[in-house]
Amino acid sequence: MFSVIFEQYNYAVVIILMMTGLYVVFASRNLIKKLVGLSIFQTSVFLLYITIGKVAGGQPPIVVDSHGGDHAALEPVLVAAAGGEKAASYAAGHDVLYSNPLPHVLILTAIVVGVATLAIGLSLVVRIREVYGTIEEDGIDMLDYQYNLEGVED
Amino acid sequence: MDILSLFPAWLLEQGPSFIVVLPLLMGAITAILPSRTLAWWVSLVVALLCTVTAFGLLLQVYSEGASLYTMGGWDPPHGISLVIDALSAPVLLLIAAMAVVTVIYAMPATIAEVEPKKRAPFYAAFLLCFAGLVGMVVTGDAFNVFVFLEVSSISTYALVAMGAARDRRALSAAYNYLIMGSIGATFFVIGLGFMFMETGTLNMADMSRILADLDGGSRVAKVGFGFIIIGLGLKLAMFPLHTWLPGAYAYAPTKVTVFLASTATKAALYLLFRFTFTVFDPSFDYVAVVLKYVLIGLGVVGMVFASLQAIFQTDARRTLAYSSVAQVGYMLLGISLATAAGMAAGYLHLLNHAIIKGGLFLAMGAFWYRFGITRVEDFNGLSKTMPWTMGAFMVSALSLIGVPFTAGFVSKVNLTIAAADKGWWWAVGVIVVTSVLAIIYIGRILLAAYFGSPPLIDGEPAKRNEAPIMMLVPMWFLALLSIAVGSNVLGLGDGFVLASERAAELLTGQSSIGMGG
Repeated sequence: MFSVIFEQYNYAVVIILMMTGLYVVFASRNLIKKLVGLSIFQTSVFLLYITIGKVAGGQPPIVVDSHGGDHAALEPVLVAAAGGEKAASYAAGHDVLYSNPLPHVLILTAIVVGVATLAIGLSLVVRIREVYGTIEEDGIDMLDYQYNLEGVED
Repeated sequence: MDILSLFPAWLLEQGPSFIVVLPLLMGAITAILPSRTLAWWVSLVVALLCTVTAFGLLLQVYSEGASLYTMGGWDPPHGISLVIDALSAPVLLLIAAMAVVTVIYAMPATIAEVEPKKRAPFYAAFLLCFAGLVGMVVTGDAFNVFVFLEVSSISTYALVAMGAARDRRALSAAYNYLIMGSIGATFFVIGLGFMFMETGTLNMADMSRILADLDGGSRVAKVGFGFIIIGLGLKLAMFPLHTWLPGAYAYAPTKVTVFLASTATKAALYLLFRFTFTVFDPSFDYVAVVLKYVLIGLGVVGMVFASLQAIFQTDARRTLAYSSVAQVGYMLLGISLATAAGMAAGYLHLLNHAIIKGGLFLAMGAFWYRFGITRVEDFNGLSKTMPWTMGAFMVSALSLIGVPFTAGFVSKVNLTIAAADKGWWWAVGVIVVTSVLAIIYIGRILLAAYFGSPPLIDGEPAKRNEAPIMMLVPMWFLALLSIAVGSNVLGLGDGFVLASERAAELLTGQSSIGMGG
């Protein structure tokens, strides 16, 4: 059982982060804490995508010109970065095994989206604090309860 | 006469990218414009240009077939492709046309509802939201869908919050929408991650081909499908995931409510069509199970439950918002029938409901503009104080119920026939029952307006105080459009039915998206 967890270590972390984030979003009554939960939830997805992109023994997806040129000097570094002899054997051969770069690019976009969402969310919380004087949902509900009964004042 | 030849060739050729890039760029420029009037003119011109483009593209699809636009000349599946076909073109025209209608209406409405210094940014956020929705519909790349989904969502959160100038509850409504919307979009992107694991591609047409080769794929594809359905379900306000909707619709500025009600959930529904029937396929057992037991169940429960909730609202805007949730149920019912007739009816109801609910919310905004009222009990005598506005409201309301010769009737009848053809008589019963519930919740408002007497102001009955012409024109346009579709004036009714049938043909006939061209 433990071997399964260790082999799928990244996925285990993803699931734990995802569930933690979702739980915080729904269980917390504080608007800031909800946003923290949301960020954790979104971060777990970043990790999921990056895990997808990793190819076992793959090098970083950088073109290495082995017939001279400046890039050749980087090759040992890259092999070391990819970790171990398995990678080295690929690098030495004709076909280079490399990790999939696409998920990284996708997740760059998703990170930007996450930052934008967080920024909008925080600025909304600032406005709510200005208007209601609290950032606890219970307090806001209580203040709006009276408001709902009386209707919109002119 | 060949209308298509009137369009410049470059517009049709570059149309798919033009219609996304134009509002996106102008949104950024509008944000720094000094004057509100200038921002309004820019929005109007952009919306008009996009409508013309969308109309040209629609005609092109019907005369020459689907078109594939490769962004930057990079061929699919590696490059991003934009797809205009019988499924996306009508929704595209709907979104662009509703943008024009709401921008015209926004001129008087935003003066009353949005703080002066926020009016130029208001139009900027609107253009971004518009660009996002258009992008969701035209793109043929699954990850691109997520990006555009978030572009439209994030600007929508800001737009909803701008309703705070007239009602502070807009702030908490926008916050709730942000939390739910982000969870939905994140679920969607998790689903895409699983689909990428399974197929190794993000191009929808390519994904569809690989999935068909894999005969539905492994458990990874099943999990991915589940995440995508839940993510889209949050965005389109599928029944138990609809909790963000009533608040966001009720407290946002009217222009935003109208635009959201008639386009945002519709674009998400379009994606549901796209993913369920073209990327995935109902012949995969897990898709069939979701259609048969999940979507149908949630659709029907949503229809009944949301209609009941609509009856017990004191705020008329919330009544209409719950009604929107119920109407989504009709469209889900059409989708889950999974027959050509069912899908066509669901698609037709998507188009019709956008027109109907747009008209209703426009009138609702005019009532607030003149009298500052939103609660049903304050509607007494509105037929005497605002006869033209109330007239437009009534036409759209009858259409919502599904009275003959209105748009709502056509789509409800088609849906009923499709359900009966499949032998789902209980679904026919549910449609009838929820239509009766619609009579109750809309009738409540109409009763007050037509049979109540105007309230006394300083001892005198309230005087006639009609809405400004810039509000009346958009709402009567939608009301008359609804009658025109229902009574087949100018061939509009046949046109709408034909458009939905072509969309359904595309959904049932396989592999016609993207790659076919």
